[in-house]
Parts: sequence; C-alpha cells; structure tokens
Amino acid sequence: MNTIKLMEVCGTHTMAIVRAGIKKLLPAWIELVSGPGCPVCVTSERDIDAAIDIARQKDVIMTTFGDMMRVPGSTGSFEETKQKGSDIRIVYSVLDALRIAEENPKHKVVFMGVGFETTSPTVASVLKEARARKIKNFSILSNFKLIFPALRTIAGSREVQIDGFICPGHVSVITGSVPYEKIAKRYKKACVITGFEPGDILKGIEKLVRRVRDKNYGVEIEYARAVRKKGNPTAQDVLKEVFTPRGVEWRGLGVIKKSGLKLRNKYKDFDAERIFKVKRRSVLKKKGCICGEILKGLKKPADCKLFGKACTTRHPVGPCMVSSEGTCAAYYRYGK
Amino acid sequence: MENKITLAHGNGGRLMHELIEHLALKFSNKILDEMADAAEFTVGNSKIAFSTDSYVVNPLFFPGSDIGKLAVFGTVNDIAMKGAKPLYISLGLIIEEGLETSILLEISDSIKNAAKKAKVQVITGDVKVVEKGACDKIFINTSGIGIISYASKIDAKAREGDEIIINGPIAEHGLAVLNAREKLGFISNIKSDCINLNFDVERTLKASRHIHVLRDPTRGGVATVLHEIAHFSNLGIEIDEKLIPVRPRVARFCDILGFDPLYIANEGKFLCFVRRNDACRVRSAMGKDARIIGKVVRSHAKEVHLKTILGPMRILPELESDQLPRIC
Repeated sequence: MNTIKLMEVCGTHTMAIVRAGIKKLLPAWIELVSGPGCPVCVTSERDIDAAIDIARQKDVIMTTFGDMMRVPGSTGSFEETKQKGSDIRIVYSVLDALRIAEENPKHKVVFMGVGFETTSPTVASVLKEARARKIKNFSILSNFKLIFPALRTIAGSREVQIDGFICPGHVSVITGSVPYEKIAKRYKKACVITGFEPGDILKGIEKLVRRVRDKNYGVEIEYARAVRKKGNPTAQDVLKEVFTPRGVEWRGLGVIKKSGLKLRNKYKDFDAERIFKVKRRSVLKKKGCICGEILKGLKKPADCKLFGKACTTRHPVGPCMVSSEGTCAAYYRYGK
Repeated sequence: MENKITLAHGNGGRLMHELIEHLALKFSNKILDEMADAAEFTVGNSKIAFSTDSYVVNPLFFPGSDIGKLAVFGTVNDIAMKGAKPLYISLGLIIEEGLETSILLEISDSIKNAAKKAKVQVITGDVKVVEKGACDKIFINTSGIGIISYASKIDAKAREGDEIIINGPIAEHGLAVLNAREKLGFISNIKSDCINLNFDVERTLKASRHIHVLRDPTRGGVATVLHEIAHFSNLGIEIDEKLIPVRPRVARFCDILGFDPLYIANEGKFLCFVRRNDACRVRSAMGKDARIIGKVVRSHAKEVHLKTILGPMRILPELESDQLPRIC
C-alpha cells in the first residue's frame, strides 16, 4: 500500500485525534500530519511583542482569549507582563471586552484579535455595534487570519506532499465548502470537511482515503449537520464590511499575501494599530526550534532537538508547544 | 522554583505540588510527610484526624452553594477521607472593610446550617477585619478534628489490583463557580455538588475492611488525585473514559470551553480504592450514582492511563497550569 498522507488543518482536530487515540487505530499506511490551523500557534512573535507593548502602556486594559496568555513573544508573554503589573484580562467573547470598555470609561480597552473565519465575524459585528453606539475607548488589535491562503501555500508547496486535507468544521460553517473547490481542483487534493467527534473524524478519514485511492479530487461535507455549501452569508457579509485582506506574517510559514485581515478605513477609530502607532520590531528566530516545519507538516515534534527537553508545556520555546491545541503540546501531553 | 508565585501555584496541578513539597520539607516530620488531606496521630488511646483549609472563592454565592457551606463541608470531607468521624471545627474569618453586614449574616447562617447537617460543632473562632483591597470581601479558614475508628489504615497508598470507585458525576462545582464568576451568561442549571461526605464515608467503610484510599477530588479534579495516588503508591492507574460519570450538560459545557471534566473541581465527590473482591459491595454502599471507573496496575508506575471512547489507551497527563478557555 502506498502511504497516504492527510493533513488535519485545524488545531481542534489535532487535539481530538490525540485525545481519542485515533492514530493508534489507523494502519501504518495512513499518516496524519498537523497543519497551520491553530490561531495561537501561527501568531508571529512580532505581533505578540506589539500587543505587549500596548498592554504596558498607562491606562490600557488588554483583553484576550485564554490561550494567548502564555504564548511567548520575544520579550515575554501576556502572563508575565500581567505579573509585572499590566492590566490584562481573559475574556470568553469579544462582547465581554466591549462590556469592560463600557464599565471603564477612563481606560483604553484593547481586544487582541486572533483567530480564523470562525472568530472574526463575531468581532466584526461587535465593532459595528460599538461604532453605532459611539463607544470611544474600545479598539481591536487585528491579527486575524484567513485559512485559505495558507492552505493554498501548503497545497502548492513542492516540499510538502499532502494527499488530502481534513478540513476544519468550524471555519467551514462560516465559509462553506466552495472555497475548497479551487484548491482541490488546482492542486489535486482531496478535501473532506469533518466535525470534531471521534466518529466524525474517522468517517472523514475514510472518505479521504477512498478519494485519494480513486484519484477523485474534490470536496465533500461530512459535517453536514452544521456546514452548508455556501456557508453563512450573513457572517461573510459583515466580515467584508468591517475588514479587508492584507499580507501578514504566519509563524513558521512566513508572509502570505492577502492572508490577514485589517480594519477598513471606516473603522479606523477602532484600530489599535493606528491608535497606539504600533511598530512591529524584527525578532531573531529561536535557535533549534522547528515549529515552522511542523506547521507545514514537514516534520514531527520528535524530530525537534528541543522537544521535551528545552521545550516543554511548562517552558515552551515555540508556539506549537504553547497552545493547548498545538501539535507539540498534544504530542508532549498524550504522545508518550 | 519560579521567581514569582502565579495562580498556577494554587490550582492543584504540578506547580502547586512542587510548592507544597518545597514548603513541607522545612517542617518535615513523620505525620506531615504522609502528605494526606488530614493528618493522623494518636492522643492517649484515640486515633485523631486533623485538617485545615482556607476558602477564598469568588463569587461568595453561586448556584448550589456558598463560601460558608464550602468552608464547613470542605474540612469535614478532608477529615472523613481519613476514615474519621468529624466532630469539631474552628472558624477564622478575614473580612474586608466595607463588606455588607447582611452578607456576613447570610454566610454565617449558611455555616450554621452546614455544621448542623454534618453534625459537627464550631467550638472556637477568630475574626479579623482588613483594609479595603487587602482581601477580597471575605476569606474563611476552618480547621477540624475527628476520631478514627476504622481498623485498617487509610492512607495515600493504593494496592495492585484495587478497583477505583467514584460516588457520582464529576466537574459540577468547578463549572458552577466558573459560570457565576465569569458571568459567562450560559443559561445553565449546573449546580455545585457541594455536600458533606462524612455519612456516605461511614456507610462505605462498613462495606469492606479492605479500603485502602479515600480521596475527595477537589482542586485539579479527578485526574489530579489519580496522579497523586499513582505517584505515592508507585503503581500505575488505568481508567476507562466511557465509565466516568459526566452529566450531558456538563460534558457539553466543557466542550464549548475546551475543558476536560477530569481536571475540574468537585466538592461532593469521593474516590475509593478497594480490594477487587469487595468493589461491588462498596459501590452499592457509596450510593446509587457510584461507578467503578478503573483499576490499579503494576505496569507504567506513577502514570495514569485512560482508555479512550474508541478503545486505544493514552496517557492522562498531569495538570500543568489552569485550563484556559480556547479561541475556537
């Protein structure tokens, strides 16, 4: 049997796969590699440094999702910055950040915006509301990313040999299946959109293996209880209304054209980058860390010299170890 | 050790254990070195269990319980986990200036009712008031003593072949507090399971003379307690994911936040490690919701393994630091 190499794009899939022990059930000729779909992992050190610079300023309340707290930039993490006295708060939704802004009119409340198409439409709709309600002390530091440009980069890369993608269910609820079609056709990849229950993932893998074997490159929705072909048009519209694409840096993958989101001019009063005049400093690459290769599916955590030694979940060096959904963290915790 | 104390040093995970071990070394003695939730010693002809605990929960009131009830039952349960009958407790209050008297009265009523329910008496106490900001509304410390009459010693050491039983569904206290504290706005009927366990333990002890370990999985949840026991016993533990009782609404709530219920605090649950032959009898004595969830094995010493829903075994890792809600 020729080896079939499938990439689970999404960090939640990576986690579900290790937690259910799915790799142990698969025959040796089906190989699963983890992709770039963990928003925490692909946020560049430069972007984290910039956010920390803002958080350190007087009268600023920085708000963020929980998993960003421990991600190291080049000069420390949010968690360390908070211990030194900065006001950094975990929120469960961008709405909480807006509420904090209303409760603290003398403070500038910034929301560290990280995530893919799953997260950004909610933020866009909250921004519309903030604008309508003329809230002055609230802004977004947009580090939002789009998954398809990254998928195209990986699918088109000569060094990465992936036969098919286990496509992210949550993102697809918003985007629908249409954007995958071009990727499937142009790069000859099988794409199956799956849910997150162990059974969903197994079914998705089965469908992918059949497609790869039959050279039937196309897109299939296994997660039909949540995903429609056209996705959620309302969410897509609000996203387009508030944000516009720009080139951004992905940790491990470098700069990808039109793969990030910035606020449109109409929303410039809510743009933390503009308000705080953010400068992104260049940073040195961490020696020995191969998170970049891991995010592209070229290498596995065990190939890294730092893995489990200099780099652990307690003292992470690279982003894949920090996020609870990072590939290295998943292997470190459950892989032994 | 890290330069500064972080919240992770208090969450029941590995950092907290390192901190406690570091501190305990300074006072090392035979009783303390057992590192149990309650100390066991002899006075005259009586075997005594003695325990202390501080309560700093925010918010003070949450679905199913409040800080007062928690402070009584928490200490009562720690004593019960030694196989002892809790008798007397002390009560220390540290109050922030500005706390409304009505809240204090409500909490003290709750303490009174809880003590009555657990049949313990508050026999000594202390009150301190501190400046605004020096504590958060009210902190409570309780200590308690009880008498041990169970014939064999209940300690932190399991034996090979022991079955592991839990008395009901997990993760409710931690989620109830989280939902109330973070104002998550989830319409949820998840209530803290906070309850005194001393009578359940009494009943359980009567069912077998071969109970080796009793533990209440509070901070850090079931996973953390299993790790501690595997470690102290120098044996391996295997549990089966599909046997672990979790109410569907709790499972769904955890799923949304990206939490694992095995690491979430309980205040009305206890784990019992008992000789295999007695497991069924003990399970019945522990109550109608009790389930056998796993066993103690010789292989993979000091590690906890979990059989996943699909069948393969994987490691159940030690809690590193607080579970943080995820992005998507």
